[in-house]
Amino acid sequence: MTELFRAENLTMQFGGLTAVSGFDLSLCRGEIVGLIGPNGAGKTTVFNMIAGYYTPSEGKILFEGKVLNGKKAHEITKLGIARTFQNIRLFPDLKVIENIMLAYHCRIRSSFFGAVFHFPLYRREEEEMMRKAMLLLNEVGLAESAEEQSSSLPYGKQRKLEIARALGTGPKLLLLDEPAAGMNPSETQELLDLILRLKEDFGLTILLIEHDMKFVMRICERIKVLDYGITIAEGTPLEIQKDPKVIEAYLGEVRTC
Amino acid sequence: MDPHRKRNQALSLAAIAVVAAVLYFADSGASDYQIRILNNCAIFAALAVSYNLINGVTGQFSLGPNAFLAIGAYTSALLTMSPLEKELSFIIDPVIWPLNEIQTPFYVSLLAAGSVSALFGLLMGFPVFRVRGDYLAIVTLGFGEVVRVVANNTQSVTNGPLGLKGIEAHTDLWWTSGFALATVFFVGRLVRSSYGMALKAIRYDETAAEAIGINTFWHKMLAFIVSAFFAGIGGGLLAHLITTISPSLFTFFLTFNLLIIIVLGGLGSTTGAVLAALLVTWGGEALRFVEEPMQIGPLDIPGIPGMRMVIFSLLLVLMMIFARQGIMGTREFSWNAVFSGIRRLQRGPGKAK
Repeated sequence: MTELFRAENLTMQFGGLTAVSGFDLSLCRGEIVGLIGPNGAGKTTVFNMIAGYYTPSEGKILFEGKVLNGKKAHEITKLGIARTFQNIRLFPDLKVIENIMLAYHCRIRSSFFGAVFHFPLYRREEEEMMRKAMLLLNEVGLAESAEEQSSSLPYGKQRKLEIARALGTGPKLLLLDEPAAGMNPSETQELLDLILRLKEDFGLTILLIEHDMKFVMRICERIKVLDYGITIAEGTPLEIQKDPKVIEAYLGEVRTC
Repeated sequence: MDPHRKRNQALSLAAIAVVAAVLYFADSGASDYQIRILNNCAIFAALAVSYNLINGVTGQFSLGPNAFLAIGAYTSALLTMSPLEKELSFIIDPVIWPLNEIQTPFYVSLLAAGSVSALFGLLMGFPVFRVRGDYLAIVTLGFGEVVRVVANNTQSVTNGPLGLKGIEAHTDLWWTSGFALATVFFVGRLVRSSYGMALKAIRYDETAAEAIGINTFWHKMLAFIVSAFFAGIGGGLLAHLITTISPSLFTFFLTFNLLIIIVLGGLGSTTGAVLAALLVTWGGEALRFVEEPMQIGPLDIPGIPGMRMVIFSLLLVLMMIFARQGIMGTREFSWNAVFSGIRRLQRGPGKAK
């Protein structure tokens, strides 16, 4: 398997606070890797660095051989890294289908003049956006809600919509920030199936943050554990479950009497 | 897409024809005062629509449209005034080259007004969009003042506080209504396109907009420049309507008026901006009586100039309390909505679902 993404010695300092230090990660194409750790361990900070919201204080991020440091969030999205957010961030007053169509907007070639005066190129592109958005909605099972306002969808569907919107940007690497948060067991199961299916259909590589351990253990091929910004363990789900350092980070030190 | 597209287009054309007919008769039959009000209505409708693009649709609280209006007004006035007129007007300092030799037709001066204003929008956009929210409001407010103060002090370009007099009254009903129509068409189409959706996305959640690859800086800039372009032309039309301009015309008060209009109409709604512009402009005239001396029973009230603004301010306060969405909220007028409204009425209120 070829390498798609590599982070070397990533460090993020906010003033005197070091949120993440010496973070290394290599992702091969087609992998699903989990990033876990207690609250405040720096998981989302890692995402924000990769997605271009923070500029790392130290270290290097490589994606398909290109250095991402210093690139803006929208540029990184165009290069092929899409993300979802811990707290769902849809565009509430826009329709479901418009939320998805917007994901294609970053790749249209029409100028805004073309859009205002309905040049043939724009018309074609708009139809194409609509068609692709509809396909994507079908794929995640939201086609019948296409004309609804996104804020009127139930929570589980909003999650799916956010994932679909991220897919609309045409990513190779998908960053999912707590996709299963707030879901009941059957919804979680459904989401798990969906993610696995999308991964195959779109040829994705996935990096995900999750607190639901069952979910992580079942979906991830490899797991990385962060605590206080430092990587404390790395390995297969089975290895992680037995790792004493991980148990300590989550449950506290084991006291022997 | 829309099965009623043909019908809707026909209805829109019919509506435009009706308005054109009304304007035609107004042009020949109405008094100067009435025509003046109609002109003001049309110009302010267009200004409100363009201002709403940046403030309402894109959600960037700009307080600087008076700057663009001033730039547009001065640009077009300086271009249409004859060299002789300028020589006579600029009594303290003569006007600089090439303005002292240039004279262009009205339409050229309007295009120049829009372009110069858009260029200023572009230059202003770089510092302005480095900040967000309240800070953006303050920075744009500052630029509005800067333009006014510069106009006051560049004697050899703007004639300073003396202002420009004797501008020919080129602006008529056809210019203003044509401009209003063009602005509504352009901005309306822009808002409905994927560019417009991207602007709305920036208003709702800039972080999420970035995440799906929208270059938020340039999209905000786009809205700002388009807004500045139309405000510049509006300024040009205004200058050739009132025929006398001076820096004191373009104070923050003008921005405040436009702000009332777009808030009243519903931030983000082009339809609302037009309706509110008509309402406020016409209402401003209709309310003139409150500034005249009155006798209510035993009370003898002397005329209080500025009373109208008190009423508008109260209106704004009441709206913020009871109807924060304004007239239209973020909705837009559409023939389909009208027809489904009629159908609902026919079915009767009881059966309506």
